[in-house]
Amino acid sequence: MIEIKDLTKGFGDKTVIKGVSATFKSGQCNLIIGTSGSGKTVLMKCLVGLFEPDSGSIIYDGRNFTEMDEHERKQLRQQIGMLFQGSALFDSQTVQQNVMFPLDMFTDWSYKQKLKKVNETLERVNLKDANKKFPAEISGGMKKRVGIARAIVLQPKFLFCDEPNSGLDPQTSLLIDHLIHEITKEYKITTVVNTHDMNSVMEIGDHILYMYQGEKQWEGTNREIIYSKNKLLNDFIFASEFLQDAKQMRMIEIEKGEK
Amino acid sequence: MGFFAHFGRYLLMLKSMFSKPENARMYWKEFMRQCNDIGIGSLGIVAIISFFMGAVSTVQTAYQLVSPIIPQATIAQIVRDTVILEFAPTLICIVLAGVVGSKIASELGNMRVSEQIDALEIMGINTRSYLIFPKIAAAMVTIPMLVIIAAVVGIVGGRIAGTLAGIISHTDYDKGLLQNFKQYNVFVAVMKAYAFAFVISTIPSYFGYFVEGGALEIGKASTRAVVVSCIALLCMDYLVSSLLLQ
Repeated sequence: MIEIKDLTKGFGDKTVIKGVSATFKSGQCNLIIGTSGSGKTVLMKCLVGLFEPDSGSIIYDGRNFTEMDEHERKQLRQQIGMLFQGSALFDSQTVQQNVMFPLDMFTDWSYKQKLKKVNETLERVNLKDANKKFPAEISGGMKKRVGIARAIVLQPKFLFCDEPNSGLDPQTSLLIDHLIHEITKEYKITTVVNTHDMNSVMEIGDHILYMYQGEKQWEGTNREIIYSKNKLLNDFIFASEFLQDAKQMRMIEIEKGEK
Repeated sequence: MGFFAHFGRYLLMLKSMFSKPENARMYWKEFMRQCNDIGIGSLGIVAIISFFMGAVSTVQTAYQLVSPIIPQATIAQIVRDTVILEFAPTLICIVLAGVVGSKIASELGNMRVSEQIDALEIMGINTRSYLIFPKIAAAMVTIPMLVIIAAVVGIVGGRIAGTLAGIISHTDYDKGLLQNFKQYNVFVAVMKAYAFAFVISTIPSYFGYFVEGGALEIGKASTRAVVVSCIALLCMDYLVSSLLLQ
């Protein structure tokens, strides 16, 4: 579980995150949504320690990340996996070497053991026969899957995904969304996904945090979002007529289900 | 950002490089990879430049030594000392600042822009230590070797050019090489090589590591790294020469 308490972060005179508090439970897909420039990425970078917050605290399973020394942070970071927007794969390494990298760095397993684990993980993300390929030789969707494989190979307790659907076609986006959701449930990890993809919100959003101009504007589940009266949220989520129709359909489906 | 801000950040970068490695084997692997990239990767260009540097030195020295009272062997002495003291360390390192420096800056810059450095940080790896330290260590090991190779190839190049052009016989050339040879000059050349290796590896690392923006900025950082390295290298050349050649 990750708890954020009154987190604030600014750059120069501009405050980007304004006193955000939230709780991200384990075994859930926690989504941070919001328009571009709403502070989603900065919030996520604060959570993983790439940015130092100005005030507030981030608590990982009862341990205050903001008060940890460098050594404690290093220990905790080995329990964190992250999928980056551009996948951030190492260009000079093959798919296999990319996924094996955390094992090489943090375990003293034999090559055979590491290879077995890499193959299992690649199989888990539905990626076979790509071991010897370089990142430049695979598609965007495959890169995301390698990124996920690298993030989960050490079986982390916390998984962060920054815009996992960016640059992907709707079908591949859905596959990636489902993969993240399945992994979260299967490994019972705390997953935090940064997205503005509405499909993801409806498909995998167990818990959703809506950010607007650096502030937490709304928080709830993907079912509650349908009935939300928050105007800013509704304008953002159901921006087009098509999405409004989809909302109505979903409401009917939910009501039918309840009956 | 002003000069002192850059300099301060550069010093902090160097300081934070020294930490306990997460996995010594991986650091060794990275060090060996860098030795291969910097050392073996630059061997070809170093050999070609040194050969012609020695050859041209011989031809031009002979052209200027027209007095019949100066023995031919003096040409070899002049070529030897010029190559050892200045051409091999300085000229070769200026070339390496371009070849190795731009490679280091663009490699780190690309890693920064494509979030690979962030990915390593999140894994709990000290990126300054893992990415920069092996580059500096590899440069400190391989560049002095390259300078020694350059000096040898330069002197051999002078010998071949001198003989082919009929300027000096190899007997005279070899005789000249042994006359008044000071081992101390080799020591000065190696000291220069160490100083230059530090400059060539740390300055591009700094510019590459702190790149902000996109592909355009990587190019700019790479160019800036080479320019600043060359200027720092020439200043260092003057400093080391002043200190060691009194």
